[in-house]
Amino acid sequence: MSRRVGVIRFPGTNCEFDTVDAINELGGEAKVVWHGDSDLGDVDAIVIPGGFAHGDYLRCGAIARFSPIMDAVSTFARNGGPVLGICNGFQVLTEAGLLPGALQKNAGLKFLCRMEQIQFASTANVVGLGASVGDLLNIPINHFEGNYVCAKETLKQLEEENRIVFRYTDNPNGSIGDIAGISNKRGNVVGMMPHPERATSMLLGSNDGSSLLQSLLSTERAPSTNENVASTHDERI
Amino acid sequence: MAPEDASVHRVLGLSDEEYETIHGLLGRHPNHLELAMYSVMWSEHCSYKSSKIHLKRLPTEAPWVLVGPGENAGVIDVGDGIAVAIRIESHNHPSAIEPYQGAATGVGGILRDIFTMGARPIAVMDPLRFGPLDDPRSRWIAEGVISGVSGYGNSVGVPTVGGEIVFDETYRGNPLVNVLAMGVLPVERLVLGRASGVGNLAVLLGASTGRDGIGGVSVLASAGFDEASQNADKRPSVQVGDPFEEKRLLEACLELLDEGLVTGIQDLGGAGITCATSETASRGGAGMDVDVSAIHSREEGMEPFELMTSESQERMLAIVEPESLDRVLQISSRWEISASVIGRVTGDGQLRILDGFDGEVLAELPASTLHDDAPEYERPLSPPENLIERRSLDASSGPVDCAADLLVLLRDPAWVYSQYDHQLFLNTVVGPGSDGALLRLRDPRTGHETGRALGMSTDGNHRWCHVDPRQGTAMVVAEAVMNIACVGAEPMAVVNCLNFGNPEHPEVMWQLSEAVDGMSEACRAFNAPVVGGNVSLYNETNAVDIAPTPVVGVIGMHPKLSNPPPGMTVSPDLTLVLVGQQPNEDVSMAGSRWAWEIGGCKDGTLPEFDLLQTVRTAAYVTEIVQRNQVEAVHDVGEGGLAVALAEMAVHSGVGMHISGFDGHRALFNESGGRVIVALNRTDLESFLKETSNRGVPAQTIGNTGGPSLVLGSTINLSIDDLTRAARDELPQALGQGTVSG
Repeated sequence: MSRRVGVIRFPGTNCEFDTVDAINELGGEAKVVWHGDSDLGDVDAIVIPGGFAHGDYLRCGAIARFSPIMDAVSTFARNGGPVLGICNGFQVLTEAGLLPGALQKNAGLKFLCRMEQIQFASTANVVGLGASVGDLLNIPINHFEGNYVCAKETLKQLEEENRIVFRYTDNPNGSIGDIAGISNKRGNVVGMMPHPERATSMLLGSNDGSSLLQSLLSTERAPSTNENVASTHDERI
Repeated sequence: MAPEDASVHRVLGLSDEEYETIHGLLGRHPNHLELAMYSVMWSEHCSYKSSKIHLKRLPTEAPWVLVGPGENAGVIDVGDGIAVAIRIESHNHPSAIEPYQGAATGVGGILRDIFTMGARPIAVMDPLRFGPLDDPRSRWIAEGVISGVSGYGNSVGVPTVGGEIVFDETYRGNPLVNVLAMGVLPVERLVLGRASGVGNLAVLLGASTGRDGIGGVSVLASAGFDEASQNADKRPSVQVGDPFEEKRLLEACLELLDEGLVTGIQDLGGAGITCATSETASRGGAGMDVDVSAIHSREEGMEPFELMTSESQERMLAIVEPESLDRVLQISSRWEISASVIGRVTGDGQLRILDGFDGEVLAELPASTLHDDAPEYERPLSPPENLIERRSLDASSGPVDCAADLLVLLRDPAWVYSQYDHQLFLNTVVGPGSDGALLRLRDPRTGHETGRALGMSTDGNHRWCHVDPRQGTAMVVAEAVMNIACVGAEPMAVVNCLNFGNPEHPEVMWQLSEAVDGMSEACRAFNAPVVGGNVSLYNETNAVDIAPTPVVGVIGMHPKLSNPPPGMTVSPDLTLVLVGQQPNEDVSMAGSRWAWEIGGCKDGTLPEFDLLQTVRTAAYVTEIVQRNQVEAVHDVGEGGLAVALAEMAVHSGVGMHISGFDGHRALFNESGGRVIVALNRTDLESFLKETSNRGVPAQTIGNTGGPSLVLGSTINLSIDDLTRAARDELPQALGQGTVSG
């Protein structure tokens, strides 16, 4: 069981406490981990939450990947530890080379904060436990740069390897293949633009995000092998 | 110190009499630096010199008010050891010149007012008013302002949970950009902007001080626009915002407060270091030595007067005991913000500006004179000469095509608010696009839910206030209270932003005085004291004043939240009831959107307004929402009954049949104190009995269902047509990408 969750806080991150609250509400033990630390401490899973790490200056996630904690996050991910990047966290994961592709400005060139419907396209990952492909979820988005883009070969690879986790049912931002979230090859690293922690109570309009976080809490750490290390390194194509 | 030559004070915006007062206070001629400091502190923006005499009439007290007007923000006690800080401010003139930065720094400034009190800001609201949509410059301003609120607010990490967007000719040259912010804090952490304890240090935190915004309060905020000045020459007085700096500053300050490391803290806004040092010193009954050479500046060679009056953003002044300094510097460095010791608290009440703590004295004046001795004017006031004639006009005349008019009046603001993060902190039960916002109230110490929620709304109405500033303002307060009643909250406090024209025009001072009286009457009736505010004068272009636009923010409490309030969504087969003020065949249309935008008459006499009945209606609506006794509820506001019904129909995708309301007068008049309620037919009888017992008028007006909105024999429009009209207007007008951040 992944009970202890480290939630990474960069200067400019703003969803860290929402994420901690949502995880604790589900029975996990979340703690905030400072970006300047080099040690994750005793954790079973990592969340890189939403916000504007380092002000999103230069490019979203471009400075965050150099924060000292990211070495530890990479090692944790290579060793099969569950890692979920939400919104800005997804951007950080792509910049850090833990997931392929990039997130560019929304097609409408406007920030968008609203409820979106997404659909599970693959459950072979750390947020898919107990879910079925085709399941529909209502989860809010909140981003300016959520328009996923990658090379044609990468898209093909993502599809073949069953790594597209979510697709929008009504694409709000121009993402290639309506992609709302992807995973690495082993499924232990997931990045998604919608905010599951914002969909954890009917008072807030939806609790469809709870099952995703619950899945993260329940996931066993994937076994560590040398091939896996290699494949993660290859993500940055 | 050299005696002052005669003309400099005028360039700085001080009158000859004001100069003489300063001369008398100091017992000598002030030097340039001293004059610069008086000019910013005695500016209209900082001193409220024209409005103070009127503001004193507002009710400001209640047992739950912890901090009233005069501090950085008002603070109320909301129970369970939790306090709420709230404040509203204008950034009108900067936004007219540089829309993106003007709005962005408006958000930044108001947030600092909130965390200065020790509160974490958890919500922003932005009432915005622009010139007409067919004016390219107004569109440019509107899009820039919306982008600025979005760009700064989202990044700094405070949700924008509501606001208003209004377009009208009166704001063509002078938009109104008001921003309200609210924060929560444990009662015991409340800190005030005071410098006390001789020998304590004044630490300047945050951004370096640059040449941006020199004298912004006197040059920009305290004078109107004319043709020549509209553009370039005032731009250097607009500051540039950096939300990332503000975010780090916010987190660092909250950490300093958590650890009890500061004895007082003050944000740097208008009038910069001059204001922060003199205000903290005079509030604490102390003095301060300020070393200008210690100020971390953005460029070489800045003059002392520039350092002292710069309005560079994202700066705070913390008063700390010397033994806490190391820890303060440690926390600042962790958050990567600069910190410099620029001042020492002294016991003699003097504000001394020095070049090095042991260096030359550049200026010396009694700190309190910058505030307490600021001039207070009882400016002449008089109603407009043609008032009687104006009030005799019939506002209902003009070409009438009710169906077409309704389509023109519908406007869905979703295009605007979807650009704002309105969900951060997981509190937003009801967000923008509804009557009022409703936020879960959680304990700031533990994050645990209290089971209660805060209702908030901002409202203004320049049309009502132009016709009758007194009754119009009372109706504005009632509208705001009714909006939070619709989400189940009872009013606790009001903040105001008084946007008016040139106070040197007697008619403007009359409007201001009348508005204050109308606000006082309504706030007393609702038992909601005014805990803070802001006055923005000189809103004029080429000597034409804007229509008077007092904007209010109201905050209230929902005592027991277990389900989301019903909202305006209806299902088919419900009965619709109009609750509150009932129709009257001769009702006036004066001040309505229909009269202004379609009929073309801006005057007349406002419809009769029964304040006490509205108080009863609001209390009753609050109760039925809290008890979840009805299926839907929606306030009737701008655009009148037809617009309110159409909004419900569009929102739900469900049609309606309404009878008994024919003609534009019945459909578009804007009588105050009305709410539409939808309920199951089986509940109708007991509902009408209850309203009658409570002295709240109510009448069945129709039912829901079908694909169209049918209003008597006058209007029959499909939901599709209504939806298109509402949804498409703003993106088509503003979504063309004329501005970049």
